[in-house]
Amino acid sequence: MDTNLALVLLLTPLLGFLINVFFGKQLGKSVSGTIGTFTVAISFVVSIYFFLQINQTKQPVTIHIFDWITISNFNVGFGLLLDQLSILWLLFVTGIGSLIHLYSISYMHDDENMHKFFAYLNLFVFFMITLVIGSNLLVMFIGWEGVGLCSYLLIGFWHKNQEYNDAAKKAFIMNRIGDLGLLIGIFILGVLFSTVDFTTLKTSIETTTTINSYWIGTAAFALFIGACGKSAQIPLYTWLPDAMAGPTPVSALIHAATMVTAGIFMVSRLNFLFDLVPNIQNIIAVVGAITALVAATIGLVQNDIKKVLAYSTVSQLGLMFLALGVGAYEVAIFHVITHAFFKACLFLGSGSVIHALHGEQDMRKMGGLKKVMPITYLTMLVSSLAISGVPLFSGFFSKDEILLVAFEHSIPLWIIASIASIMTAFYMFRLMFLTFFNTFRGTEEQKHHLHESPSLITFPLIVLAILATFGGLISLPGHSWLNDYLTPVLPKLAAAEHHLDTTAYILMTIAVIGGIVGIVLAYVKYNKRNTVPVSDEAIIGFSKVLYNKYYVDEAYTVLFVNPINALSRFFRDYIETFISSLIFGLGKVTIALSAQGRKVHNGSIGLYLFVFVIGICAIISYLFLAQ
Amino acid sequence: MNVTLILILLLVGSFATYLAGDKLASKVALFFSVLALGSSIVLLNHFNAGENISFISQWITQPNISFALKADGLSLAMLLLTTVLTPLIIFSSFGNEYKNSKSFYALILFMAFAMVGTFLAADGLLYYIFWELALIPIYFIALLWGNGDAEDRKKAVVKFFIYTLAGSLFMLVGFVYLYQKAGSLLLDDLYKLQLSDAEQLWIFLGFFLAYAIKIPIIPFHTWQAKVYQKAPTVGTMLLSGIMLKMGLYSIIRWQLPIAPLAAKQYLFIFVGLGIAGVVYGSIVALRQKDLKKLLAYSSLAHVGLIAAATYTLTLDGLRGAVLQMIAHGFVVVGLFFAAEIIFRRYETRIIAEMGGIRTQSPKFTSMFMILVLASVALPSTFNFIGEFTVLYSLFQINIWFAILGGTTIILGAYYMLKMFQHVMLGETNKKVFADVTISEALSMIIIIVVLFFFGMYPKPITDLITPSLENILTIINRN
Repeated sequence: MDTNLALVLLLTPLLGFLINVFFGKQLGKSVSGTIGTFTVAISFVVSIYFFLQINQTKQPVTIHIFDWITISNFNVGFGLLLDQLSILWLLFVTGIGSLIHLYSISYMHDDENMHKFFAYLNLFVFFMITLVIGSNLLVMFIGWEGVGLCSYLLIGFWHKNQEYNDAAKKAFIMNRIGDLGLLIGIFILGVLFSTVDFTTLKTSIETTTTINSYWIGTAAFALFIGACGKSAQIPLYTWLPDAMAGPTPVSALIHAATMVTAGIFMVSRLNFLFDLVPNIQNIIAVVGAITALVAATIGLVQNDIKKVLAYSTVSQLGLMFLALGVGAYEVAIFHVITHAFFKACLFLGSGSVIHALHGEQDMRKMGGLKKVMPITYLTMLVSSLAISGVPLFSGFFSKDEILLVAFEHSIPLWIIASIASIMTAFYMFRLMFLTFFNTFRGTEEQKHHLHESPSLITFPLIVLAILATFGGLISLPGHSWLNDYLTPVLPKLAAAEHHLDTTAYILMTIAVIGGIVGIVLAYVKYNKRNTVPVSDEAIIGFSKVLYNKYYVDEAYTVLFVNPINALSRFFRDYIETFISSLIFGLGKVTIALSAQGRKVHNGSIGLYLFVFVIGICAIISYLFLAQ
Repeated sequence: MNVTLILILLLVGSFATYLAGDKLASKVALFFSVLALGSSIVLLNHFNAGENISFISQWITQPNISFALKADGLSLAMLLLTTVLTPLIIFSSFGNEYKNSKSFYALILFMAFAMVGTFLAADGLLYYIFWELALIPIYFIALLWGNGDAEDRKKAVVKFFIYTLAGSLFMLVGFVYLYQKAGSLLLDDLYKLQLSDAEQLWIFLGFFLAYAIKIPIIPFHTWQAKVYQKAPTVGTMLLSGIMLKMGLYSIIRWQLPIAPLAAKQYLFIFVGLGIAGVVYGSIVALRQKDLKKLLAYSSLAHVGLIAAATYTLTLDGLRGAVLQMIAHGFVVVGLFFAAEIIFRRYETRIIAEMGGIRTQSPKFTSMFMILVLASVALPSTFNFIGEFTVLYSLFQINIWFAILGGTTIILGAYYMLKMFQHVMLGETNKKVFADVTISEALSMIIIIVVLFFFGMYPKPITDLITPSLENILTIINRN
């Protein structure tokens, strides 16, 4: 029963993919979209079933389907593991996935390749489910690379534009750098423990008395590189902002709510491993904090509405890694969930705006949309309040916990995270004021066509906004349902016990004040004074550095891309010719020698006799001398 | 029933094809190659049922040479690779017109005959004869039916011929020496030989030259790209899909067990050489203007990884190498076929002259994309199984081997996706690109199904090859 249901859960989106690939065009847009949405919704329903079941039984479901890879010291099966962690991820992947599919029916309706869009989206959900419920690292890796592939396909969905194709390619290659790290990590674990299965790995590590901390540390670090690629952390984050080339629902689903959380999922899954190596945990925490800050500073000055959200996502993911690094897995997971709600809502909201403006993404050409798009405005406002950490909204609880655990671990990390949070509040409300307040700055033509989006678009927005508001209820300080639920899969940590002591209250107050300061600053600058960001050429000073993302892309090009291409040309033009001429040289030497040799065969009896006599003499003298 | 049947079928098929005349040649060739495929599947069943399908009889008494064909799991896997790919390659050529096609198709079958012989032979001289015999048909195929400027082509093909022939001579010298020692060239007798370190080293190096040129391993690869480019696509497929595996197979079958001490002593050098090929091939592939040349360098990178794996002398290395040989065989045939499909429509192999094909041919795009993904070893394709096992074996030797060999994961994605972008994507090309025909699609689909099936369920192949690889490892570790 469980096996069959798990297969339904896994394979229904794949079926949706196949139907849409082979018959999507004939079925027509609405049918194709409906099939795509329904298949994901079915997975969602099955996920709820498993969720209810595990709440009663508390027992994970493990399913072995078939033997997959044979390695000398272990076998890898294609197996599924449905425990508290994977089911939690399933719920929001398929839940938010269904909503975004629904949204896309309307959003993508004018695209001639809508059936392909749904096919890829379904394929993505299939791989994401594989990633989450794989019972070992290699099945997870199928999903891991599979979602990367779907990300590639969807970023480059409008494939006539080579810039979009470049962005897609960049995402894939950067992820692959991480994937090599992940593979190396898997190799190390395979050699050390002769298994890559999560459950047996955990038992092996817990029962091993002598821990080889050098190799465990290397493994953890290598795995973290993998997480950096997928979850867009420094130094592998630059693909995510470029990934905004994809249609907006893709940004919401893949590049905000689900795929980019895979790194956090993996680290949480292997918490027993990371807990053994505090040094690596510190690296994770520091990388997370720095990413949070760097991305937030870039987000301050971006004018493309989706770019702001993209950098915000990188920044928020950084906060989650910070939580992971200090060992507060449940706090990171909590933020993953609330972030999925409000960031999906924000992206979908921005999609609604872009839709209304016929593709315009520059906030300098927006403004005053509050009145014409009330639902989009309200839902986005709610989500912005949530991400800014305004009390009682979901983000308040999760972000507050991150700041709290960071504070307990290290004050500098707490300061960095707090600054990033204040900036978050600022750039989010900068976005809100520029988009929805004051007067419209677009063309008359656009102004004429302004409209609120249809209900297929607004309905998911409303649902997500509600979740963004009340999502915090799953983990209230002092009484956390989430922590109880996750207890079987995560280590018990002192930090996880939320004592509402004085420090906690003080920190909370500081965080709230910081958030409000950010909002007020944005209000003063962009609403009261009605400042509109200057045009690209007029940006000067440090803003220009920020606007150009610290020139990191340019630096990577100079440091890595150009040298390797130069090397490639050098190899092609010089080394290849050189080796080739060496070989040909050998041939030419042979020909030259034979030409010399031929001269000996000139028919001169005298020469032959001479050589003959000399030869005889040589042999005789050799025989004598040898005696 | 034994494996000579396959040899007879292919040889008879070759003559029959020639006699059938130009009009019928392709169909007769296809018929016989499918027959050979069917027979090898039947033989496989006999083998799995525990029957002996090897064959041995005295051939020449003075010197003592036997006509010995040994079919263990490893040989059968290579046999199947050949007999599955041959009909596929023949069928894929149906869209082309060849002058004097009776000779063309006869040569293909003759080549399959020689390659199957190489994979089965268990006597040194017999093996050597098959090994050299395989060179003759491909020489003519590339020379007479190739493309591009005739003089240029002749230069490249003749160079290839002399180069590989010269390399093989060193192997022959090795065999002559071994005969002096053992009084026979039967594989089992050679395996029993106790050679000194110095003897092993010379034998090892002699064999290495032959294999390094055939595979090719850098820096012995300079014949490859030009020949791949100039040969007709069928020839390129035969070369890259099957023939280069002769060298890789021979490392496992002949070189390592006969000279294991040398292999162990110089392990790092030869593994390193293979890995250098991975990095070098991948980097050179980044900047290729000709689609077939790009694929040639990508192939250079992939076989470098396979060669490195064989020299690790671990079970994972050997197993991963064989798995990857098969996987690479299919994917490379598919990729060269994709290049051919484009050539049939655009009459060019220059990447810069392509682009904007995707909008015109969704089916072809999907298939090509899948092949590209298999080539970069996306998990769930057969190539992932091979690459994973191979990299795991390298990791067991040294983590840096795994990291450097693993750069293929990154660089492979780089050059393949870049190629795909410039060949397929972008604004719709003004030149019309008709989507794949049914027969073109059929070849592609077969390859794709094989790649996905064994990517999810490689067990049948693993079970087939593992016992014979374990035997070989026992022989390698006999001292």
